[in-house]
Amino acid sequence: MGLDVNSIRKDFPILEKKIYGKPLVYFDNAATTQKPSCVIEKICEGYYNCNANIHRGVHFLSQQATEAHEAARENVRDFINAGSTQEIIFTRGTTEAINLVASSFGDSQCKEGDEIIVSQMEHHSNIVPWQLLQARKGTKLKVLPFDENGVLQLEQLDSLISDRTRLIAIAHVSNTLGTINPVKEIIRKAHEHNIPVLVDGAQSIPHIKVDVQDLDADFYVFSGHKIYGPTGIGVLYGKERWLEAIPPYQGGGEMIQKVTFEKTTFNELPFKFEAGTPDYIGSTALATALDYVRNIGIENIAQHETELLEYARTKMSGIEGMRFIGNAPHRGGLVSFLVGSIHPYDMGTILDKLGIAVRTGHHCAEPVMQAFGIEGTVRASFAMYNTKEEIDILMAGIERARKMFHH
Amino acid sequence: MTINEKQDEIIAEFEFLDDWLDKYQQIIDKGQSGEKMQETEKIPNNLIEGCQSKVWVTAEYKEGKVYYHGESNTDIAGGIVVMLVEILSGQTPDEILNSELYFIDRIGLKEHLSPTRSNGMLAMVKQMRLYAMAFKAKEEEK
Repeated sequence: MGLDVNSIRKDFPILEKKIYGKPLVYFDNAATTQKPSCVIEKICEGYYNCNANIHRGVHFLSQQATEAHEAARENVRDFINAGSTQEIIFTRGTTEAINLVASSFGDSQCKEGDEIIVSQMEHHSNIVPWQLLQARKGTKLKVLPFDENGVLQLEQLDSLISDRTRLIAIAHVSNTLGTINPVKEIIRKAHEHNIPVLVDGAQSIPHIKVDVQDLDADFYVFSGHKIYGPTGIGVLYGKERWLEAIPPYQGGGEMIQKVTFEKTTFNELPFKFEAGTPDYIGSTALATALDYVRNIGIENIAQHETELLEYARTKMSGIEGMRFIGNAPHRGGLVSFLVGSIHPYDMGTILDKLGIAVRTGHHCAEPVMQAFGIEGTVRASFAMYNTKEEIDILMAGIERARKMFHH
Repeated sequence: MTINEKQDEIIAEFEFLDDWLDKYQQIIDKGQSGEKMQETEKIPNNLIEGCQSKVWVTAEYKEGKVYYHGESNTDIAGGIVVMLVEILSGQTPDEILNSELYFIDRIGLKEHLSPTRSNGMLAMVKQMRLYAMAFKAKEEEK
């Protein structure tokens, strides 16, 4: 069953916007997705009708808000097929989730000289927290490289793994190259050596059916805003045994069991990792977004985005001077490109004037740019509400820019 | 020509371009045809770093007047720096420091003045004024 894109588009009010008098073509979905009315309304409804601090209140509103927040946790658990809600920790997003693991897991499980393996195509969010760990603990960062097509050189993993490897942290889908990485295979290999794996699911969660138990991931992290949910809410999935084994990340309310000035005991999972008032408005709106995606069907969304990607690549390859960055056989719904010697900033500026929103620059993955010897790319990333007609508008925009820059 | 006469000249060039893309075409053409700096001058010391494009600016002081050179690795930022160089070069430090660069607003480039813009003109203007200020201070020491 295909998608009824026209009907989906009606659910996203911002898509009706005109930019410089032209219809908005929103191709910056890998940065953040637009929100359907139901999510926006859920946020308002939370503040209008269901706002009270959760977990501690005995009054009606507090209990109602608590139930909604915990129902959202169950909703997330179901969405990624985690074994239990104790394994679902709400964070501010992917970045905070990785920092949590780098801090709680890293500080407790790593000693000087121990090693963390990341891939060469990671977002800075999955590099810098490990470098901070390196500064604190004297760990080493090892890098699994990719080839000229943007495919991870998996055969090198064996030689990178040593008896000092403590964790492998890897993106499920690259935000720059679009490559879908074989994380299941990587996890299987890592587990042969008893090494846990953290998967950065920021780009995969809106495009791929994620089953953390099938993947056997030890940690899986993602952001709500990339899957049509609100900003400021994200998820850390962690296997219970890991979350039990590692210490709290931040201290404060909510995460404690008993506090005296002599000693504090910590609350049980998942609350141990949720210090302070949680974003219960965000969590409930995220649940609404996940319901919206469920209703349309993640497989349908994936199929639609793959069709858009193939259409875009076929059409765009006819443009003189077109160079795609990232040619892996398995890719998510984004295309990174350069045209002749036109600087991505110049291309992005002209496309913007035509109402087309794309991302330009290094996409917070500078090592990827260094590998290709470029400063940046133009990136068009697709979502369920995008259409082939919009890709035609992008095509015309690129051609227009090409002429303007005399290419 | 004074700074204002030069600004008026540029405003006149843009006056008949209603369409945004025509305005950008004009800027791009300026960027592409502008003078190129020596590679040896494109060094970190002369760099005004934006998020995405690089702009290099140098200045020299001859007989009481400041002469600028500027280039960018992008055509749009390059076009902007070419206009700034055109307007401010050959003027005294005082004239540069007291100038009001109204052409930016008049040709519709005000958005480029935003401090959050990834390659703000603001940073270029500021750097060019700093050069003028430094030459003035040196002059006064004599």
